[in-house]
Amino acid sequence: MSDLFNLSLTVNGAAYERQVEPRLLLSDFLRQNLGLTGTHVGCEHGVCGACTILFDGEPARSCLIFAVQAHGHEVLTVEGMGTIDNLHPLQEAFWEAHGLQCGFCTPGFLTTLLPFLEENPDPSEEEIREAISGNLCRCTGYQHIVDAVKLAAEKMRT
Amino acid sequence: MKPPPFEYYAPTTVEEAVAHLAEHGYDAKPLAGGQSLIPMMNFRLAQPAVLVDLNNIAELSFIRPGDEGGLSIGAMTRHQTVEKDALVAERAPLIDETMPQIATRQIRSRGTIGGSLAHADPSAELVSVSVVLDGKFRVVSQKGERWVPASEFFLGLFTSVLEPEELLAEISLPPLPDRSGWSLMEIARRPHDFCLIGVVALVTLDEEQNCKQARIAFLSAGDGPMQAQNAAKVLEGQPFTPEVIQEAAEVAVASDIDPSSDIHATADFRRHLANVLAQRALTQAFERAVGN
Ligand SMILES: Cc1cc2nc3c(=O)[nH]c(=O)nc-3n(C[C@H](O)[C@H](O)[C@H](O)COP(=O)(O)OP(=O)(O)OC[C@H]3O[C@@H](n4cnc5c(N)ncnc54)[C@H](O)[C@@H]3O)c2cc1C
Ligand code: FES
Ligand code: FES
Repeated sequence: MSDLFNLSLTVNGAAYERQVEPRLLLSDFLRQNLGLTGTHVGCEHGVCGACTILFDGEPARSCLIFAVQAHGHEVLTVEGMGTIDNLHPLQEAFWEAHGLQCGFCTPGFLTTLLPFLEENPDPSEEEIREAISGNLCRCTGYQHIVDAVKLAAEKMRT
Repeated sequence: MKPPPFEYYAPTTVEEAVAHLAEHGYDAKPLAGGQSLIPMMNFRLAQPAVLVDLNNIAELSFIRPGDEGGLSIGAMTRHQTVEKDALVAERAPLIDETMPQIATRQIRSRGTIGGSLAHADPSAELVSVSVVLDGKFRVVSQKGERWVPASEFFLGLFTSVLEPEELLAEISLPPLPDRSGWSLMEIARRPHDFCLIGVVALVTLDEEQNCKQARIAFLSAGDGPMQAQNAAKVLEGQPFTPEVIQEAAEVAVASDIDPSSDIHATADFRRHLANVLAQRALTQAFERAVGN
């Protein structure tokens, strides 16, 4: 085992300090060390989008960042978006418009779409499809995801 | 899979970074955005014993005006920063048009211009674009620095002239010549995927609006950025008629490129696409040059 590094970072607004091996991926750190299993791991090479988190506010693949690299940075995972009793409007819209079936891909879609809808409150269908082109879903055929984004945009505008 | 263990350094200056690289030589790799290196490490296709993380080196991240209307970009400038930069849009419109085509936003938020060039993937847009724009790269090591023209930087598949102890530090682009127009066209299965085939063209017109110079390179069409010198010769001195453009595209496909077959497309299909795209790109570049 190589040397351990002291890692301090903010996740969903809370400060954490842990010791980690440099080879630990941020995705595994979130899931295994912090127990935040909402961030899913599909492909580990940047293609599926399931592990998407917000890194200093920008959507990024947590499978392509080492946990040590998050030292001093701020991470938002799906757990930081809303709670079971108080869902974020984007989460509510996915529920209401059937934007998920098995749910494996959903956290990655939500974290990708959060900054997208904040920057583009009234997107066209084409813009929505482009925004989600880096996220794979094996269940829905995307149609209901697009519907959910349209509904979410409406909810977030009002 | 998970990456095997490695020693990790996170220097804050170029001086420290090149010292680590000099000490560890072939065992070490610089870590830029990690969007190509970490996938390879996750699959254990790359197993560097030492990683020198460049992400804390502020001096490698900048966009500034270059000489006489040119542009200079630090290697650690992220794709997304380049994409949104007003000076890039003004001085290097081809780069500005290229950035949104590179991967998706989640990759562009981390990936860097220097990482993309150092990685020397023949499918990477910036590789061909930097050659067509006649860019120059500043390469530094503990021994000093050297400037390498983009046209000499790429040696082959994922191979550049960079020595293990060298860092790519800066990309310098000359100003666009007067009366020039550009185009980047590619075909991918999904937007933002690596393309099946692509072409970049920069054409400059003389006073009669004939072709003074054409710089053309194909992506995903061989072991490196495939410069279409034979096609350029067909164009030089000629008017941009559909016939001349067609001939140039045919010459490029017959003698300038060397695409291979894989599960996504056969070499023949790639040649067909290259022909169609080259004609479209040359037409667009010419039309823009007329307006400039
Ligand atoms: C799903 C996915 C889709 C993608 N699609 C595209 C696409 O369509 N087009 C495209 O062009 N790219 C694409 N990429 C690649 C992306 O653009 C990468 O960011 C880029 O190729 C590498 O840049 P990086 O900063 O992440 O470099 P890294 O992955 O950190 O490094 C890549 C290599 O370059 C070396 N290196 C990095 N910086 C330096 C330096 N300054 N000096 C010396 N050596 C250095 C590293 O040691 C490593 O060997 C995609 C990536 C993914 C994961
Ligand atoms: S697990 Fe990170 S993109 Fe698939
Ligand atoms: S809901 Fe199952 S993968 Fe998207």
